[in-house]
Formats: sequence, structure tokens, C-alpha cells
Amino acid sequence: MSGILDILLGLGDKFAAHIVLSASAIGLGMAVALPLAVWASRSPAVARVALGFASLVQTIPALALLALFFPILLSLRAVFGEGLPTLGFLPALLALALYALLPILRNAVTAMVNLDPEILEAADGVGMTGAQKLRLVQLPLAAPFIMAGIRTASVWTIGAATLATTIGQPSLGDPIFAGLQTQNWALVLAGCIASAGLALVVDALLGLVERGFASRRRWMWITGLAAVALGVGGALFVQTGGEDEDTVVIASKQFSEQYILAQLIGAQLEAAGYSVEYRDGLGSAVVHSAVASSSIDISVDYTGTIWTNEMERTDNPGRDAMYEAIVDWEQENTGVRVLGRLGFENAYAFAMREDRARELGVISLTDLVAHGPQLTVGGDPEFFERPEWIAVRDAYGLRFGETRNFAPTFMYNALRSGEADVISAYTSDGRIAADRLVVLEDPKEALPSYDAMVMLSPRVAGDERLAAALEPLIGAISVEAMREANFAVDREGEGKLSPRDAARELADKIGL
Amino acid sequence: MKRTGASPITATRENGDAILRFEQVERRYGEVVAVGGVSCEIAAGSFVALVGASGSGKSTLLKMVNTLVEPTGGRVLFGGEDVTTLRQAHLRRRVGYVFQGIGLFPHFTVGENIAIGPRLAGEKLSPQRISELLELVELDPDMARRTPDALSGGQRQRVGVARALAGDPELLLMDEPFGALDPITRDALGNKVRELHTKLGLTTIMVTHDMAEALLLADRVLVMSEGALVADDTPRALLAGAGGKVAQGLVAVPRQQAERLAHMEDTP
Repeated sequence: MSGILDILLGLGDKFAAHIVLSASAIGLGMAVALPLAVWASRSPAVARVALGFASLVQTIPALALLALFFPILLSLRAVFGEGLPTLGFLPALLALALYALLPILRNAVTAMVNLDPEILEAADGVGMTGAQKLRLVQLPLAAPFIMAGIRTASVWTIGAATLATTIGQPSLGDPIFAGLQTQNWALVLAGCIASAGLALVVDALLGLVERGFASRRRWMWITGLAAVALGVGGALFVQTGGEDEDTVVIASKQFSEQYILAQLIGAQLEAAGYSVEYRDGLGSAVVHSAVASSSIDISVDYTGTIWTNEMERTDNPGRDAMYEAIVDWEQENTGVRVLGRLGFENAYAFAMREDRARELGVISLTDLVAHGPQLTVGGDPEFFERPEWIAVRDAYGLRFGETRNFAPTFMYNALRSGEADVISAYTSDGRIAADRLVVLEDPKEALPSYDAMVMLSPRVAGDERLAAALEPLIGAISVEAMREANFAVDREGEGKLSPRDAARELADKIGL
Repeated sequence: MKRTGASPITATRENGDAILRFEQVERRYGEVVAVGGVSCEIAAGSFVALVGASGSGKSTLLKMVNTLVEPTGGRVLFGGEDVTTLRQAHLRRRVGYVFQGIGLFPHFTVGENIAIGPRLAGEKLSPQRISELLELVELDPDMARRTPDALSGGQRQRVGVARALAGDPELLLMDEPFGALDPITRDALGNKVRELHTKLGLTTIMVTHDMAEALLLADRVLVMSEGALVADDTPRALLAGAGGKVAQGLVAVPRQQAERLAHMEDTP
């Protein structure tokens, strides 16, 4: 319990970022929804279109909506120039504001449309102009209902804002995503408690405002609004205090190795006098675009990923040739500087439990073909969409009875419990050795190599001091060292380390 | 003597200056004619009842005076000026309006409700004036601080009348003002309004479907049917058989009721 408390106390800046993001999104949502609601209350056609659109937006999962803004903003750069941010605050703000639209709009329109027609006629009858009627009669009478909509929107937004982590915006989702990947439940719980607590407090304060409007007690709504304003103001103050142009932003994807390497790189840079910020838990698909657009500065990516996803190549020229080709391609096409290979590979491989493999007599992917239809294969959420899977499937003619998606951490649990017979494992994963898994051979070399590389954004590509600080990492990390560090984070119980501690141990091991 | 909607009568009165004049006023809703070519004059200081069955167009005609409804044809002249050319807020200040639905603003106090008309014109009504207005409709001046939901139906409509009078209007329009009230309150408030009409020198037009009320309060009764004016007579003339079939049909109802009541008293 004291662990959670310590984590909670350390979440200050995430908390502030979460508040600023949520408040901005709700504010933007209100700025759009309220005038729209006034218009809609005068025109049923506008009401239909506006509510239809807002409902449609609501059907898009929040995570997808957040992710969608990356390509949208990227294409908008043609209009607004290269300075338009594609990750972080802006897309998170836009997606969450869209999400906040529906409850505000629906409540406001319903309230305005259902006002007593006799009272509205009276407003006309005593000589009110349209604007006076809106200000003196419609808005005051609709206010409690409008406030109820804003309240609902606030609770939703504060919850959904945790997902902003995946597009590189710091939020209370950071500890949740990091904890989920590293099986650090205290971290997950702390993130949940913080965001749920925030939602409850905001709900209570806005509830006070709502009741104040309904019962026409001025002190009530003023108190509520003042408390909300104070909270947002405080969060803004904390936020603006910490911003620094020279900060180097290090990204990590959503698995333990990435968290550890980000910490390792961060420690090197801090030792060299840089201030460092971490964007943990980015979606794997956006990391390359993020580093290419300098939304982040440093990432660790894998040769096979760039080869197939970015360069859209399907051939396999061999490990070194592939790396050389990537370095050139990045330099020519994106301006990203590939600093070097860390020394280990984290390739996709198919793994089975030893007993199960022996029982079926499976050693290689070729042996698996005959048993496929009776087996369940597990992969990370993106695996079955990836070109690597398609290459393997087509090379061997693999067909499985059932295909299931798991978060990387849970894949191994699924294999252990028998919920999956085969999984798409990663060769640097410590659990392969720990769980005594069999990695199936790939005689047709359908899976490309996955050398881990340090990628520098165009913004910092020319910074030789930074390059020099990271130079000691190049070629220094063996697959055994990486497995050990990964396992220290992924394991449960005794000996479990945070990514930061594991990075420190890894640094000791490789002699930094 | 039979008059139908197809041949509306044209009513003019020469006694007293006409404060209001309808000139071939028409209101259509698509194919439906709510009011079809009504012409008449209302003399200053008169108390006119506008009577007719539901859907006869009497409310629509009334609402065209303060432009709550705009005519699709013809003109309404108020003090010689076309009402649609007058500034709306200004017009509605000069015309007090009492609704069947009362329409008090629930988020305003009684005092604020009464003061709303002058407030819209940028004038603050003094507490004394609000007290005066409340006393005028026989309400306790202390009620000014209450909200409408603390009042009975009759009290609310009294506030509605006070609100209509707050701007010192020249013309008082009442659209079924007592329709939602119980008979005793209705009678008392009717007499009160008639008394205020005389005391304040108002011109009053009251829409009602109750011929007895019209006959007892007004000094001139206009009868509408199917969007047309079909009778225009004094109460006395109507009781004497004037006004045609529709008007007499309406007069017959209270008369027969009175006769039956009298008959019941005569036969123990």
C-alpha cells in the first residue's frame, strides 16, 4: 500500500498534464457544442445533423479516435506547414474534444427544445429580442441540464484521457500502460486511483454547480466553478513551469524492453547534462512517424520493422545488408539518423511449451503445418496484421484453428495456461529461457532479422555531443544481457525490478 | 340573416378615435386560412371581447396586434402605424399582454417578472411601483420577493396582469386570460380587470370562448368563425337577437343554462 502512495506522490506532473488536457478538451467541446446547440434548438435539421455526427463519433473507440488524428494531422501539414504537431497534446485535445461533444450537445439541445413553449411565448410577448430571450430565459432555464451534460462529458473525458499516452501525450495513462506491460500492478492501480479520484472530484464539483443552477443558489455554483478553475489554474502553473525547449524526448513502445532501453538512454543523456523527458507506451505504428517528424527525438526500432513496415520490402537480403540499406534509406527519405545497432536482435519467432512441442513432434515451422488447424495461435495485438506474419503464413502455408490477440505480457501466461498452443514470441524475451520454451526453427528464413537500432530525429541528428553520449551503447548489449534485464521487469514476485532499476543493472553489466 | 366566412362583414365605429385598425388582415399557414381578410376598428377606451369556437382564428388575430404572429396579407395599424414596421420591443411595451398559460418566468421572482418589460426597455422599476402594481391586482406587496411556484393559479394570473400593466400600456391584450382558473377566481379576476380597464383608461381586447364572460365584461363583442368576423355588436344587441346564427348559437348556451337554473329555483 505504501508503494502505491509513493507512486501517487510521484505522479504530480502526469496529474497536472492530465488535468490540463481534460480541461482543454472539455472547454473546446463546450465552445463548439453550446453555440451548435443554440443553433440546433432553432433548426430541427441542424439538430439532426449535429446529433447524428456526435453519435457517430461516439461509436468510434476512443483509442482509435486518438490514433486517427495522427494521419489526419500529418496530411494537414500540407496546409499548415511542418510546424503542426502530429503527436502529443494537439491530437489528444482534438480527439477528446470530439468525444466530449455528444453529451454536451445532446443535453443542451434536449434542454433547449423542451423548454415550456408558454414561457417562450411569454418572453416574446413581453418584448424580448432573440438574444435577450436566449440570455434571460432559455439559457438560465436550460443551465442545469446543460451542466449535467458537461458533467457527463467531464467524467468520460478524464477517463479517456488516460489513452492519450498511446499518442505521446503525458497523462495518468502513463503509469497504467507502463504498469500493464511490466506487470507492475501498483503502478496500474496508482494510475487508476489518480484518474478515478480526479473524475469523482470533478463530478462532485460540477454536481454542485448543477444543483446551484437548478436551485438558483448563487454561492453553490460559484463555489463549484471557483474550485474547478483553481484546480485547472494550478495544473497549468505546474505545467508551464517544467517546459524546456532543450529537453530531449525519448519514446518507448509498449513493451518492457523499450521501457528499459529508454531509461538506459535517458540515464546516459542525463549524465551528459541533457534534460530528458520520456514518452512511454507509444503505439508501435506511430513511433517511426513520430521520430521522423521530430515529435520525439530518440527511439529504439528494429531493422525488420523498418524494412517491412516503412520500406515495404518483402525480400530478405541478410542481416548486415538490411541494416546498411535502412541507414541509407532513412537518411534519404526521412532525415532520421540511425546511430547504430545495440548488438542484440529482438526478432519475431514462434514459441511453444517444451512438453507440447515434444508431444506433437514439432521442431520447425514446417512441422507445424500439419498440426495448425488443431492449434490456437496467440500474437500481440498487431502481429496478425504485420507483413512478417503474412510472409511466414504464405511461405509455409500455415493455417491455425484459432487466432487470438494478447498484450505481449499476457501471451506467455496464455501459453502457460494452455489458452494458446503457439505464440509469436520475441527472441530477446527473458521468459523464453525462464519458461523453457522451444523456439521453432525457420528453415525458409521467412522472418527477417530484427536488430535493435538507436534512431535520432532530424532535430537532434546533427547533435554530435548527444551522439557521443550514446556511442558507448552501440554494439554493447548482448541478447543474453537484454533477456536478463527484460525478465527482471517481466517476472512476478521476488527479484522483480522497475524498468529504471533494470536499466541501471544493465548499465553495470555492460560496463558503463 | 345569415353570414358566413365567405362574406366577412366590415365593421366600423365612429365613436371615439380608433386606436387599432385591421385592414383586410389575413394569416395563412400553407393552404390553411387561420384568419381570412378581417377588417375592423377598435375605438380607444373600449373593452372588446373576441369570441369564437376553438380554431375560429380569434387568438391568431389577437397575436397579429403585437406581431407574435405576422400577417400574410393586409395590415394592422396601431395609432395609425403598421405594427410590422414598429420596433418590436417598443411595440410590445406599449401593448400589455396576458396569456392563458400565464407564462411567468420561473427563475425570476414575482417582482422581477413584473419589472421585465420596463427592464428590457432599459428602465428599472422602483420597489414602490412594483408594490403599487401588486396592490392594483389585490396582491400583498410582500409577494414581490417570492418565486411564482409559491403562488396559486389565481395569484399567478394576477401577477400576469400586473406584468402586463407595468409598462403603462395603451392597449391590453388578453388571450383566454382566465381559461385555466376556477369559476370563483375567474369571476373575481374578470371583474377586477374590468375595473382596472375603467380606472386606468385602457383599451382592452379579450379573447374568450365563453360568451357569458364576453357579454358580462365587454362593451362590444366580435364573433369569429372560420377565420372571418361574423358578428360585431353590443352585448345588449346580441341578447336582443342580433349578430346572426353563429353569434346567436354562442349566446344561446349561457341563456339556456340561466333559464334552466331559474326553472330549477321555481320548481321546488
